[in-house]
Amino acid sequence: MGTPSDKKLINENGVRLDGRGDEEIRPIRITTNVLERADGSAFMEWGGNKIMVAVYGPREAYPKHTQDIEKSVIKARYNMAAFSVDERKRPGPDRRSTEISKVISEALSAAVLVEQFPRTQIDVFIEVIQADAGTRIASLTAASVALASAGIPMRDMVVGCSAGKVEDRIVLDLSKDEDNFGQADLPMAVLSKSKKVVLVQMDGDLSKEEFGKATGMVLQATDRIAEIQRKALSEKYNIENLSESNTGGE
Amino acid sequence: MIDTREIKEIVFPGDDIDPGNLKARNGMHRDSEGKYTSQFFGVLQRGEEYIDVVPFNGSYFPRRGDKVIGKVMDVGPSMWTVDIKSPYMTMLHMNDTPWRTISGDIKKFLTSGDYVYAKVMNVNEVKESWITLKEPGLGLRKLEGGHIMAIPAPKVPRMIGKNGSMVNMVKDATFTRIVIGQNGLIWIDGTPENVIVASEAVALIESEAHATGLTDRITEFLKSKKGEINGNTQ
Repeated sequence: MGTPSDKKLINENGVRLDGRGDEEIRPIRITTNVLERADGSAFMEWGGNKIMVAVYGPREAYPKHTQDIEKSVIKARYNMAAFSVDERKRPGPDRRSTEISKVISEALSAAVLVEQFPRTQIDVFIEVIQADAGTRIASLTAASVALASAGIPMRDMVVGCSAGKVEDRIVLDLSKDEDNFGQADLPMAVLSKSKKVVLVQMDGDLSKEEFGKATGMVLQATDRIAEIQRKALSEKYNIENLSESNTGGE
Repeated sequence: MIDTREIKEIVFPGDDIDPGNLKARNGMHRDSEGKYTSQFFGVLQRGEEYIDVVPFNGSYFPRRGDKVIGKVMDVGPSMWTVDIKSPYMTMLHMNDTPWRTISGDIKKFLTSGDYVYAKVMNVNEVKESWITLKEPGLGLRKLEGGHIMAIPAPKVPRMIGKNGSMVNMVKDATFTRIVIGQNGLIWIDGTPENVIVASEAVALIESEAHATGLTDRITEFLKSKKGEINGNTQ
């Protein structure tokens, strides 16, 4: 971030590189139950991001010392594929993905009713197949859908979006170039109904006013994204998607 | 054929639910202000007295008195460890079986891989549970032969139907013996052709558990399969 560049990220008309306005988010598509083996799963495409999430559990927590006698432990694992970014990423956990796994686990723990199943763990495997900025909140948004499809009891859905500062303007949902060459990035996730914040991180600098504006924009966007989550979940249970109604014949 | 099926009202985690004059029962979370919100992604079911959220998916949590089907996973000196498709394994002690067991050699009664139809005897605060085979009149036993199917536990009530109407219909039409565990495991026994038809019926019930008019659909399905059914009950 803050890398000097002569690239114009927002043109004179206020249009961003990919043709979006300040408060426009990239197109989002979520598909649920894409994996046969997992208890719940989701595939998300958010702009150029492609993320697969699989949820297993609740199941007895192993190794045993990780068990919590009072609640379930959510173990999220965020992993980027070696081919997910321009330059090959060395496979395996690193500083960044360990941190993201941690913040995602904590954000999800705030939503899941973990007190209901002591001594268990819920595994959330997040595989970033293609990365294009904003993967942590995209992962979190998709993970929440996967948890719901796995039938895990939750207080609320988790939904996130990022905002940031580019060319001295506050814009929503940074793209890869805006993230790399912009001035600040603020990923944030909330519980979709109560708007309680479960994740905020900031890279770069924002003034108090800018921060307020950015969070306000994110909060507004989460309503739109939450609607996409709900559509994605209920799609599989539409009347059109019931099994063929021709049992009379054959 | 006119499709008369309808989907019941779908709710998402965190959705507000107004029970009206009904009593809120399963699948709802009550906040400090006494408002109810859904815990699950599922359908809203309004009964005569209660209102429930029935999730589309989810694992089984043992409750005292439930009759479940379990798979023996491990044999100890005096206990079997049984998998009942729950996050927690359950235990079957040799004294809770109808057999004259002697500690140390209980393998000859049940070994790993066997299925049992048992009753949940006890569940404690940390969700450890014990099951029993020793209660006459409930049909508790080791399940020999037959086939095992699995459906999500929340769909079991739909599979059974009111007073067993749904499962009895499948049993009668396919000449099979069917045992349904509260945990979502189903044991079907009969001739191979009949078991296939019965399991297709079970799969159909599972996939349309959230739609109305299911009984009619299953009746129709079973009628259409009549030619494939072997009239012999084995």
